[in-house]
Amino acid sequence: MSEFDIELDTSGMNCPLPVLKARKALSTMTTGQRLHLIVTDPGANKDIPAFCKMTGNSLLDTNELDGKIHFFLEKG
Amino acid sequence: MAKKLAIIASKGTLDGAYPPFILASTAAALGFEVKIFFTFYGLQLLKKELSLKVSPLGNPAMPMPVPIPSIVQVIPGLEWFATWMMKRKLKTKGVASVEELRDICVESGVELIACQMTVDLFDFKNEDFIEGISSGGAATFLEFSSEADTTLYI
Repeated sequence: MSEFDIELDTSGMNCPLPVLKARKALSTMTTGQRLHLIVTDPGANKDIPAFCKMTGNSLLDTNELDGKIHFFLEKG
Repeated sequence: MAKKLAIIASKGTLDGAYPPFILASTAAALGFEVKIFFTFYGLQLLKKELSLKVSPLGNPAMPMPVPIPSIVQVIPGLEWFATWMMKRKLKTKGVASVEELRDICVESGVELIACQMTVDLFDFKNEDFIEGISSGGAATFLEFSSEADTTLYI
């Protein structure tokens, strides 16, 4: 997946910063817009899906490349 | 209706400051209504200028570069060194500072409540604390926690 509206790179940041930064970015977006979130914190593999589930945002796709996890979120 | 998280923060050490602020800021990001009730040493976390420390003394689980016997840990400066080491480690691992997490809590509407009894007990003054906090007692906390989905004592 390559289409997104905003890219947010949280490489090097640890829990809970990726979730907090994602929340902040999403708050500036409108419903249906997509966020490409890049995370190096391995805990994010569980935290970002949990965040999406709790906040009504959709996790469209996840993939891991060169030690970085790429999440594609759609604002709900 | 929003979920609710109630936390009692009773510790005033650097390591003790993280769990309440991490959970509160994250819960706020997940849409929770959050209140933290600061009591006893936890009141240190509301000070304008934080000077939180971590001590290896009485904490055999704290990882140290070399084993240090308890009798040596009382030497002045060792607590300073352990705190410096911990802060450096937190920074290199990309962990937010306590100040940063506290700011996020305030920005995201987490209610910070100082326990009035312990404020009086330690002769703290309102001007010692950051702006925007409130104060209350046991009944204030229990009223909120009775309706909370999650309640934590830290």
